[in-house]
Amino acid sequence: MTISRRRLLSGLAVTTGGLLLSACDKINALPSVRSALKSAEGLTMRSQRVIAGRDALAPEFTAADLSPVFRSNGTYQPAGSAYEAHRQAGFADWKLSIAGLVQRPLSLSMAQIRSMPARTQITRHDCVEGWSAIGQWTGVPLKLLLDMAGLRSSARYLIFRCADRYGAMPYYESIDLIDAFHPQTIMAWGLNGALLPVGNGAPIRLRVERQLGYKHAKYVEHIQAVDSLNEYGLGKGGYWEDHHDYAWYAGI
Amino acid sequence: MTTAEDPMSATPPPMERTADGGRCWVKRHRWPTRLWHWVNAVAMLVMLMSGLMIFNAHPRLYWGDYGANSDKAWLQIGSRGDKGLLVLGKERFETTGVLGLWTDAKGIERRRAFPGWATIPSSYSLADARLWHFFFAWILVGSAMFFFVASLLNGHFRTDLLPIRHELALRHIWADIVAHVRLRFPTGAAAKRYGILQKVAYLSVIALLLPLIILTGLTMSPAMNAAWPWLLDLFGGRQSARSVHFLCAAGLVLFFLVHIAMVVLAGPINEVRSMITGWYRLPEDKA
Repeated sequence: MTISRRRLLSGLAVTTGGLLLSACDKINALPSVRSALKSAEGLTMRSQRVIAGRDALAPEFTAADLSPVFRSNGTYQPAGSAYEAHRQAGFADWKLSIAGLVQRPLSLSMAQIRSMPARTQITRHDCVEGWSAIGQWTGVPLKLLLDMAGLRSSARYLIFRCADRYGAMPYYESIDLIDAFHPQTIMAWGLNGALLPVGNGAPIRLRVERQLGYKHAKYVEHIQAVDSLNEYGLGKGGYWEDHHDYAWYAGI
Repeated sequence: MTTAEDPMSATPPPMERTADGGRCWVKRHRWPTRLWHWVNAVAMLVMLMSGLMIFNAHPRLYWGDYGANSDKAWLQIGSRGDKGLLVLGKERFETTGVLGLWTDAKGIERRRAFPGWATIPSSYSLADARLWHFFFAWILVGSAMFFFVASLLNGHFRTDLLPIRHELALRHIWADIVAHVRLRFPTGAAAKRYGILQKVAYLSVIALLLPLIILTGLTMSPAMNAAWPWLLDLFGGRQSARSVHFLCAAGLVLFFLVHIAMVVLAGPINEVRSMITGWYRLPEDKA
C-alpha cells in the first residue's frame, strides 16, 4: 500500500469539497431557487420606499469632500463613427429626445438643455462593485423635461436609451416615476465644474442619486415614457438586468 | 426547566433530572434559542460566502466617504506576477494559492481575492452573490429580531447571558481563562450555566457584531443613506461602513472557529444534541 493516510485524507477533503461546491453551484443555477432569491428584491424596494418616502434626499457633500479622481467605469469610450463625429463636433448636433407616452414629444439640442434651469449637487456615486466617488454634477432636473413633454397618465416608467453598446448589446436603463420626479434626479451635462467628460457619459447622463451606479445611464439619446418594461430589450428594464440578473431596483 | 410549553422539545430521555452519580439530564436551550441558532447558522454561512464574492468585485477597503482605485486603500487583496498578495497598510503578505492568485476546481489559475471554495457561487458572479446576500439578509434580520424579542421575554438575556457582578471580577475571569487553557470544563451543577468567557463571547456576537454588521450593511445602501443619513455620521462614511462590515465578518469567522473548537473539545454529541433537542447531559463530577 502506497497511499499514505495524509494523502487519503486530503484526497477525501478535496473530493468532498468539490462535491459540495458543485452541489452549491447546481442549486445556484436552479430557476426555482433563482426566482425565490429574486423575490427579496421586491421586499427590499417596498421597504426602502416606505422608510425613505418619495422625496428623502441623498446626502450632499461640500467641495472639500470631492474625490481627487472620479473613476470612470463600464463604457469609457463609446465605439462607432457616429459617436466619434459627435465628440469631434463638441456634441453640437447631439439631440436628446423625449417620446413615447407624452403629449408633446421633444428633441432638444445640448445648447437648449444647457440653457435651461440647472441644479448643481455634490453627491456620492456608489458602484455595485463596492467603490464610491464623490463628484459635483450639474444638469437639468428631469422633472422640468417631463413637464415640458407632458407625461400621459398611462406612463409608469422611463427608459433611457444610450449611444454605447456593452458587449454586443445597446446599453439602456429604466426608472419609475417616483425616482423620475425626485428633486435630485437630473440629466447631468457637467462634472466638477467642467462639461461632462467622455468617460463619464458625455454629453449627457442620468443621475438617480438613491440608486447604484449602473442605473445612471450615460450617453443618453432617447428617453421613452412607457407603461411597461416588457417591450424593450429582454424586458427586465436594463442591460445588466437583462443579461446578468442584476436587480432592477438598485437601492442597496 | 419546564417543558410543557415547549413545542420543539423531543421526548426527554429516561434519566430526566434524576441524579445518577452526579450525572443528569437538564433542559439547556429553550426552543427560540435553538430555532434561531440553526436558522442563523445557515444565514450567516450564506451571508459570509456570498459576501466574500461581493468583496471580490472590488477587493480594496477604504476609510471615509469615498474610495476607488486611485484612492488609498488600507487593505487590498490582489496579485502581482506569479504571487497572490494581501496588502495591509504598508505590509505585504504573500498569499499565493489562497488569496489573490489560486487555482479553481478545474485547475484553472484565477486572479480573484477569495478562492472559489469560499464563495457563493464558486465562480465569479457579483450578480448571483448579491441575490443570495440580499435574500438571506432578510432571514438573518428577521430571525435575529425574533430571537431578541423572545430572549427579552423568556429571560434568556437576563438569566443566562448577562454577567453577574462577581463574574466580572478579574480573578474570576482569569480563573476561567486558566481553566479553558487547561481544557478543564465545568462538571455537574456548574455545567448548567454559561461561564464568563462564554457569556462574553455570545454577547459580543449577539449584542455587538450582529447589530454592527446589519447597520453597516444598511449604511452601504444609497437609498438608506437618503432615509437615515445619521447612519453615515455613525460610521464615518460609506467606505468606513464597508470596512467595518468586513471586519465584523472577520470577527464572526473568528467566533465561529473558536465556537466549533470548544464544541468539539467539550463533547460534540452532547453539545450538538442539546442545541437540537434542548436536552443536555451534565458531565460527571470528577470528585
